[in-house]
Amino acid sequence: MPRIVVDVMPKPEILDPQGKAIVGALPRLGFTAFSSVRQGKRFELTVDGEVTEEILAQARDAAETLLSNPVIEDVVNVEVVEA
Amino acid sequence: MTELPLIGEAVAVAEQAPGARRLAGARIGVVTFPGTLDDRDAARAVRLAGATAVELWHADTTLGDVDAVVIPGGFSYGDYLRAGAIARFAPLMSKIIDAANSDAKLPVLGICNGFQILTESHLLPGSMIKNDHLKFMCRDQILRVENNATAWTGDYAVGQEITVPLKNQDGQYIADEKTLDALEAEGRVVFRYVGWNPNGSRRDIAGISNAAGNVVGLMPHPEHAVEAGFGPELGSGTEGLGFFTSVLNKIVGGNK
Repeated sequence: MPRIVVDVMPKPEILDPQGKAIVGALPRLGFTAFSSVRQGKRFELTVDGEVTEEILAQARDAAETLLSNPVIEDVVNVEVVEA
Repeated sequence: MTELPLIGEAVAVAEQAPGARRLAGARIGVVTFPGTLDDRDAARAVRLAGATAVELWHADTTLGDVDAVVIPGGFSYGDYLRAGAIARFAPLMSKIIDAANSDAKLPVLGICNGFQILTESHLLPGSMIKNDHLKFMCRDQILRVENNATAWTGDYAVGQEITVPLKNQDGQYIADEKTLDALEAEGRVVFRYVGWNPNGSRRDIAGISNAAGNVVGLMPHPEHAVEAGFGPELGSGTEGLGFFTSVLNKIVGGNK
C-alpha cells in the first residue's frame, strides 16, 4: 500500500534544543565531523488504494494544520512512497 | 463534589464578604482531557476563591452555562505530536474558542499545558518549545505582574511580585520578533520571570493575554498556591489565589 511521507523540521531561526544536545554528544563517541544537528519528525500516512491528487492535497493540508505548528516548524517534504 | 479541608476549614476567602452568595453563583468550568493532571487542584482553587467549579470533559459538545473556563496543566494526550496539539482539536475546544472570541468574551485561563493548548488553538500567539537546558524544571518561581487589566489579574497590582510553583519540560515561550514587539507594545505580556529565567523564554515571558484581555495563558501554576501550608514557602504561599478572585470580581462586576 502506498504511503505519503511528511517531513517536518524546526524553523531554521529557532534554536533546536534537542539537536544541540545531540551535537554535544556526538564527539564523545568519536563522531567529530558534525558541527550542527537539527532534529525533525517524519510521518508516514498509509493510504488504502491509489494516492489521488485529492488525497495528496488532504495530506498537505493535514501537514500544515495538525502535523506541524507553523510558528515553530516547517513542512519540508510531502511525497508519495510506493510500498 | 465536596472535599475535606486539608488544613482547618476550607472556607472560601470570599465567603465572609458581602455578596458571597453572588460569588458562589459564579460557575467556572475546569476542563479535563485524557492526561490532564491538575484539574482537581484547579477546581479546588476555584472553590477556595468562592465560586462553583464545574467539571468539563474534553468530549463535551457544550460549555453549559459557565461564566469562565480554566484549562489546567498536565500532559493531555501524553504530549504526543506537540504539547497541546491534539487537545486543540477536542470537541469542547472549538466551543471554548468560539466563546472566547465572541462578543461575550468568555474569560479563559490556560495554565502550563493549558497555555500550550491555547497557543495551538491560536487564541494566543507564539508557541512553547523544550526548556533551553533540556531538563524538567520544578521550583517555586517569582513572577512580576505586568498587566492587571486582564480578566484574571485585576486583583493584583502592576509590578507586584508573586511566587507560584513552576513545573514543566516544554516551557520555553517563543514567537517571532514582530509578534513579541506587538505583545510588548499592547501590554499583553502579563507575567515575567523574576531573577533566573527557568526555561529560556523570549524576553523572560511567563504569561501573555489576547488583545481583549479575556484569554490569559502562563506556564507557572497559580492553582498550586492557593492554600496556606501547601503553596510555596516563599511569600504567603497563597499568591496564586488572586487569579481566581480576579475573574470572580470580573464576572460579578465587582470593584477591586
